[in-house]
Amino acid sequence: MLQFFLKRSGQLLITLLGITVLTFGIMHLAPGEPTVVQSEMNQKVSAQAREQLRKLYGLDQPLWKQYGDWLERLVRFDFGNTFTDGRPVATVIAEKIPITLAINLLSLILIIAVSVPIGVYAAVRQHSPFDKMTTVFVFIGFAMPGFWLALLLMLLFGIYLGWLPISGYETLGVSMSFGERLIDWGRHLLLPVFVSAFGGLAGFSRYVRSSMLEVTLQDYIRTAKAKGLDERTIIYKHAFRNSLIPIVTLLGLSLPGLIGGSVIFETIYAIPGMGQLFYQAVTSRDYPVVMGITVIGAILTLLGNFLADLSYGLVNPKVKSTAGPGG
Amino acid sequence: MRQFWIHFKRNRLALSGGLIVVITLAVALLAPLIAPDDPSAIHVNAILMPPSSSHWLGTDALGRDVLSRMIYGSWSSIQVGFIAVGISILIGILVGAVAGYYPGWVDIFLMRLVDIMLSIPTFFLILAVIALVGPSLINIMIVIGVTSWMGVARLVRGEFLALKESDYVIAARALGVPASRIIFRHILPNAMAPVYVSAILGIASAILIESALSFLGLGVQPPTPSWGNILTDGKANIEIAWWLSLFPGLAILVTVLGYNLLGEGLRDALDPRLEK
Repeated sequence: MLQFFLKRSGQLLITLLGITVLTFGIMHLAPGEPTVVQSEMNQKVSAQAREQLRKLYGLDQPLWKQYGDWLERLVRFDFGNTFTDGRPVATVIAEKIPITLAINLLSLILIIAVSVPIGVYAAVRQHSPFDKMTTVFVFIGFAMPGFWLALLLMLLFGIYLGWLPISGYETLGVSMSFGERLIDWGRHLLLPVFVSAFGGLAGFSRYVRSSMLEVTLQDYIRTAKAKGLDERTIIYKHAFRNSLIPIVTLLGLSLPGLIGGSVIFETIYAIPGMGQLFYQAVTSRDYPVVMGITVIGAILTLLGNFLADLSYGLVNPKVKSTAGPGG
Repeated sequence: MRQFWIHFKRNRLALSGGLIVVITLAVALLAPLIAPDDPSAIHVNAILMPPSSSHWLGTDALGRDVLSRMIYGSWSSIQVGFIAVGISILIGILVGAVAGYYPGWVDIFLMRLVDIMLSIPTFFLILAVIALVGPSLINIMIVIGVTSWMGVARLVRGEFLALKESDYVIAARALGVPASRIIFRHILPNAMAPVYVSAILGIASAILIESALSFLGLGVQPPTPSWGNILTDGKANIEIAWWLSLFPGLAILVTVLGYNLLGEGLRDALDPRLEK
């Protein structure tokens, strides 16, 4: 297990380094120097900001030195200052992260809580009406544009029925007791969390279903059946636990999608999180913020994957002896 | 191949997916012939009109016919879908083939690159690049293509690892056939079937990404219509014009569904073992 942990940590570091190279490369993707492009495209950016960018990236230095300096700042979480209000990017991001993380965590919980029972039940009752309905739901879930779902729900619950607020995450300018505040948050976050979870719900239900079906074809399940164990024991003790193994991995892999999706629902529901900050930075070409969030988004994803990997190692005893599926 | 058709024809869902794909393609290509109105014709006396006999799906804030804009908008989506996927398939095949054929550090390096690309939230990556190069039809095609080749690369690599040891490849190598010829002429044609499937599914996801980008104002730029940017108007007028929010999204849903059903159907037909 220790060897597995060390190997994974090593890979994590290499990937992290790769991400920084890639992000750094993106900055240089733009035709000419980033500072030039930026002043052409956005008159609002002052000469002072341009000078700041030049200093941040050391554009008069050789490329390897630019990268080295940038990386050194990155390690200290120094992403420079924003163009818009001149505050440190790291501070601005730190303010916005909690709400985004909270929504993503809630949708992850929702995804697991709903899709696991659906997937298991659909697999156990294969070809039943419930199973067929699940398949339809999965196909619609895959094809549904998240932002359209957000609009529809806004239209239905916010405007026609008037049940839920359609923007922000809390009612501003009203003092409430803690209990009331909690309900207020809940009412604001219900739609964003649901929208953010929707695609994942479909993907996961399908995955749990096929994972369960696959496991039920294994020899040890047949053995258990032959032994005369009752169906409930077979499903929950034997099949379900083994089908969980690949699901843990998928959980890690679904993180980039979830975090990336924050841009959409935070913009639509006017939630002041990292996604909205990112969107505003992109439209106002606030490069230090764009680059900062890209790197932090990647780090969050990596951490998620790493945790998923570790728990994979915990669930699956086979991993402990070998070093896991490399590459 | 016959086996394939038998399986495919039996799959009614896949057939209806294929039908949707054909219809959307026809609509996109024949837009000028079937659209009831000029998509940019402004009718000042018919602003934000609900669906009626003169404008079947209503009009937008400039009094333009929503149905006509949607018909022309399909062309944006189809273009982005096909070209972005073309780019991603090309990169994916190249990376996957090289990684699968050359074990050792080349393989390790390329697969690590795939891991890195996969760990950056794709949507962030796309938006970051768009912020630098600016939003336009061409740019989003390229950006979507360049950020979505990883799945294909893994797929092709897997096929190559399996096919590399087959007798005909070993024979070709023994005969001194150059590596590039073995890769592209001998192995690749046999590795293509799953790539086609993933291409069709890729078109679906490219259309989804394009519509989201256009919705956010970072994709197809008005006045060129696209399903995504009609929905932007839908959001701006959400309290008064439900039709602007409903119909374009439905078009996206149905189109993406069509490609997904077709792709899944093809996959099942290519691999009948999966059919349980």
